[in-house]
Amino acid sequence: MSDFMFARSQMAMSLAFHIIFAVVGIGMPLLMAMSEGLYLRTKKAIYLDLSKRWAKGTAILFAVGAVSGTVLSFELGLLWPGFMEYAGGIIGMPFSLEGFAFFTEAIFLGIYLYGWDRIPPLAHWLSGIMVAISGMLSGVFVVTANAWMNAPTGFDIVDGKVVNIDPIAAMLNPAALQQVVHMTLAAYVATGFAVAGIHAFFLLRDRTSTFHRRAMGVALALALVSIPLQIVSGDLIAKMVAERQPAKFAAMEGHYRTERGAPIIIGGIPDDEAMETKYAIKIPYGLSFLAHGDPNAEVTGLEDIPRDEWPNTKVVHWAFDIMVGTGFLMLFIALWAAWRWWRLKRLPDDIWLLRALVFAGPLGFIAIEAGWFVTEVGRQPWIIYQVMRTEEAVTPMPGLVVPFTTFTLLYLSLSVILVFLLKRQFVETDPVDEPAEVADGV
Amino acid sequence: MGFEVILAYVMLAALILYALTGGADYGGGMWDLLAFGPRARRQREVIAEAIGPIWEANHVWLILVIVLIFTAFPPAFGLIMTALHIPMSLILVGIVLRGASFVFRKYDTQRDTVHRRWSRVFGIASFLTPFFLGLCLGAIASGEIRVADGVVMSGFFAGWTSPFAIACGLFTQGLFAFLAATYLTVDAKDLPEIQEDFRLRALLSGVSLAPAAALVFVLSHSGAPVIFSGLVEWWAILLQGATSVCAVGALASLWMRHFRWARVAAAGQVTLILLGWGLAQYPYLVVPDLTFAGAATDASTLRLLVWTLAIGAIVLFPSFGYLFHIFKRSEAKLEQGE
Repeated sequence: MSDFMFARSQMAMSLAFHIIFAVVGIGMPLLMAMSEGLYLRTKKAIYLDLSKRWAKGTAILFAVGAVSGTVLSFELGLLWPGFMEYAGGIIGMPFSLEGFAFFTEAIFLGIYLYGWDRIPPLAHWLSGIMVAISGMLSGVFVVTANAWMNAPTGFDIVDGKVVNIDPIAAMLNPAALQQVVHMTLAAYVATGFAVAGIHAFFLLRDRTSTFHRRAMGVALALALVSIPLQIVSGDLIAKMVAERQPAKFAAMEGHYRTERGAPIIIGGIPDDEAMETKYAIKIPYGLSFLAHGDPNAEVTGLEDIPRDEWPNTKVVHWAFDIMVGTGFLMLFIALWAAWRWWRLKRLPDDIWLLRALVFAGPLGFIAIEAGWFVTEVGRQPWIIYQVMRTEEAVTPMPGLVVPFTTFTLLYLSLSVILVFLLKRQFVETDPVDEPAEVADGV
Repeated sequence: MGFEVILAYVMLAALILYALTGGADYGGGMWDLLAFGPRARRQREVIAEAIGPIWEANHVWLILVIVLIFTAFPPAFGLIMTALHIPMSLILVGIVLRGASFVFRKYDTQRDTVHRRWSRVFGIASFLTPFFLGLCLGAIASGEIRVADGVVMSGFFAGWTSPFAIACGLFTQGLFAFLAATYLTVDAKDLPEIQEDFRLRALLSGVSLAPAAALVFVLSHSGAPVIFSGLVEWWAILLQGATSVCAVGALASLWMRHFRWARVAAAGQVTLILLGWGLAQYPYLVVPDLTFAGAATDASTLRLLVWTLAIGAIVLFPSFGYLFHIFKRSEAKLEQGE
């Protein structure tokens, strides 16, 4: 493998690792604040216990997120100095704002985690709200910077030099709103389903546990609200991509030929030589309708894109199908749960629903990883869409196999230890339980 | 004053704040590794209590410095990260291991063997990271990183492999260790024996800073001539005089057990050292081929950045005030529950 591919792999690996913790840093504070809010309103100790136990898991994950985020900020220069020299002045602004948001998040998380007995309950809850808000804003700012790479605006190029920089226009680029909404909702979906899945797992073992029942209720509420919104947001972002990045869109859909009444292509094997996606399921007129709201609209295929500007079609198409597939699976499970909840007038605990929720636990995170593969691999060969190629941005440093291997091993061992620690955190310590209130709703 | 000058000062200020807060957190990790004797576990607990709630927030100062470089002075960021790829990667490994092992130790089983294993990783990472930080700053100041037409000409080993840079690394370690031990005397004020332990450590590390500083100064003559010529200017001599007053004041306060005064003096000492270094290096961002003005991006970005920082500060400093108010007001109460 070339140094260039090692640089890309190290960046992909670092992002794929960090995104999990970043998402937890956005989603968990909201769950903790919801639960603590319920405690302040109902005075049921179980919600306080729940917040505290969630906070412990979050503390571990947040620390790993803080350090793996630092790694990324350095790696922008270590691996892509050409990109940063070019774009630093244009997209540094959202990173600076993210710095402040992250400062605020770290400060109030410190207060939240260590301040249970030191400040009044309301101040503590408000600290949690601050963590939730600043965590969400951190994500928003970083995603606008990524959106700029897809839709670069707010500058001019004169004689190959960047001039007339307008950092605000760069931040409010045409891809920003759709990407920000999609990623923020993704964080809530993934955290909601993952936490609901964990507590569903414990409920399957002991269905009388009020603790896990309440915990699942809070997490499920977040998941049920956010997944339908996420499906809508997915439609909006797809329309934006269809309009602005036809190559990415065509690769996502495995769509080679420019045509009217284009079908949706699900699964199959994209074959760049034969220019078709073989063995796929096709829904006639679906793609034209989804992309442009008209079943007879023309959809650009890869044939109209210069061959050296194609992304890797297999990776992008399959990652896209995984993202959409997991998204709809979660939607169906959510609808089922919502229907049961509404019918029973209390949190449902049917065995098959609990099993489905356990199964859905990791789906949100799988969708996020797949989604980032779609947007990042789908943008290739560009690092800044139609402005700078990724290979122009890479460091001249030789021997990149060394840092790639080092960080991969480092992150792998951290992952193993984390799984072990979190399991310990949840399995080996028994929560306080209040068996008297099994029957009432959440 | 141009916006790039304001931003250069802000970066220096952020770096100083990182040294005063995050630097002391590394120092805490060093004393964690060096804890021995019957009170070793108790010392470690005091250290963990002191840095637990604040280290992540303190760490963001470093991220702020990085973000400011690449936003305001983008060419400098690319060039520094290219020329110093190797030590910067080692800093990252250190940062990851330090943070992860600290939080793993807190939440893993508290059995002695496990606790000791995480302590060892935490301590070693806390030792090495400041060394490489100092190494990188020394390399940037050394004048050995050469740039022409926006390309690094001096390869991937220039600057940071010199005796001067290595001396900077060792000095940074000593400085952070001294800072941490001095802070910890205040954090441990309800535990007289532990307080004495840290007093002794602060005195030892504080005294050993003097020859280390002299070594850096002497090596800078040939190892970083631009810095050396800056450091012998009249204002720099005055500044070094003030630094010495702080250093002696910190040691005298420690000796006489005026721990709060010692903390202030030690912080003053670190501030003045970094200030002197920063002023001696100005106007160079990377000595000798890259100046702040030469690396600055568009004025529109710089102006907006200054405003953002001003507004951000309004949010940030009260928040930090609240954090330190909660956890440093009633130092070392050491109630167990979090």
